[in-house]
Amino acid sequence: MEKEANFEDTIKQLEIIANELEKGDLNLDESVSKFEEGMKLSKKCSQILENAEKRISILIKKEDEVTEEDFNVE
Amino acid sequence: MKYEAISVSDLNKYIKEKVAGDEYLNNVLVKGEISNFKNHYTGHLYFTLKDDNSLIKCIMFKSYTGNLKFTPKDGMKVMVFGTVSVFERDGVYQIYCKAMQEEGMGSLYKAYEELKLKLEKEGLFDSKYKKKIPFMPKTIGVLTSQTGSVIKDIINVSTRRNPNVYIRLFPVPVQGEGASIKIAEAIKYMNEKKLADVLILARGGGSLEDLWPFNEEIVARAIYESKIPIISAVGHETDFTIADFVADLRAPTPSAAAELAVSDIEEIKLKLHNYNNRLKLALKKKVELMRMKYEKCMASRAFKEPLQRVNEQYIRVDMLVKSLENSIVNKYKDRKNELLTLVAKLDSLSPLKTLTRGYCIANKEGKTIKSVKDVELNEEIELRFIDGNKKAKVLD
Repeated sequence: MEKEANFEDTIKQLEIIANELEKGDLNLDESVSKFEEGMKLSKKCSQILENAEKRISILIKKEDEVTEEDFNVE
Repeated sequence: MKYEAISVSDLNKYIKEKVAGDEYLNNVLVKGEISNFKNHYTGHLYFTLKDDNSLIKCIMFKSYTGNLKFTPKDGMKVMVFGTVSVFERDGVYQIYCKAMQEEGMGSLYKAYEELKLKLEKEGLFDSKYKKKIPFMPKTIGVLTSQTGSVIKDIINVSTRRNPNVYIRLFPVPVQGEGASIKIAEAIKYMNEKKLADVLILARGGGSLEDLWPFNEEIVARAIYESKIPIISAVGHETDFTIADFVADLRAPTPSAAAELAVSDIEEIKLKLHNYNNRLKLALKKKVELMRMKYEKCMASRAFKEPLQRVNEQYIRVDMLVKSLENSIVNKYKDRKNELLTLVAKLDSLSPLKTLTRGYCIANKEGKTIKSVKDVELNEEIELRFIDGNKKAKVLD
């Protein structure tokens, strides 16, 4: 699976930034840029959630070929 | 020979005693298939044991049923241990069972224990090989039967937790001959084509025989070699298959496996929301702190009367300018006096002064003649008087 936007890593980074910002020993400029970075990460997370593909499929094996079809639970 | 009739009771009593006297019939181990199974309200079990050609009635009293490791059902192949005896009232002989186990279970159980020990020694169950289940898998691969409640449960739980989930079902037989090979192949195929971020290997409850494919080495090795993390959910919570030991995570039921694989989206949204709030709050606090610092600064004397300090500086500048001016004027005066002295000195040395006393200067070609050797006879020279120049000729 492609690694471009790993949700787990992104949310971990978000946690780190929140902790840094809460400590309060950054100057104002740094605080603002950390805040912006955090908001960006948060947005990225939301996008991953929203863009997740919704599908329930079944892999069907015919001889050596495997095809993917939608699977409906009756 | 004269026959005397005996009663039915006497006959049955006689047969009963005959049978009871047979040592072999006192302890029999019989295998067969259960039919006509009845669980009487008294707790005694009534059934018949049959094979292709014959049948025998069986009874198991409640006092023995507590030791059963399974629930007997019609069609089940079992071994019973007990005593053959005659029920005088009905004139039937039957097996009074003391113990019963699923047929084949003994050898299966032995095989299970042996394989478990072997793989454990090899380290296949080692926790250091357990892969982490991803927090937000994009695709969830499910290896189970296409029909039945297992896949339904998994889909229901998964979609309830995250409506946007992507589930790929790879249908595999979950019992019977060849199931283990199909399961192992499916695991390999999902890995080869990278078709999932996490795999759920699931099956509903069943007898040890039913669950057997999940106790086979080929499945255990496929799970061990899988690069994709695998969650196993085979049988009931109390059933532990080899597959469960090798899997990266064991779920007690298929529904629980879905819960472990799919994060609750509402929970995550809440988490994200909390992060946003924390960030906002922290920044707000920072700004508030800076404002307080700023206000404290502005309250200080320097900022309250800012012009005072400026005026002080103005005065200082003015004073400096004045002293600078003074020093320049003084210097200028000194220079002027010096110059006047020099001019007077120069004046006294000037040749012009000599001319006023009646002398004149002889020049030749613009140069002052200082010696008689500098001129020749008849050469024209120039004489400079105080009031002008005249040309002259050297006569001697």
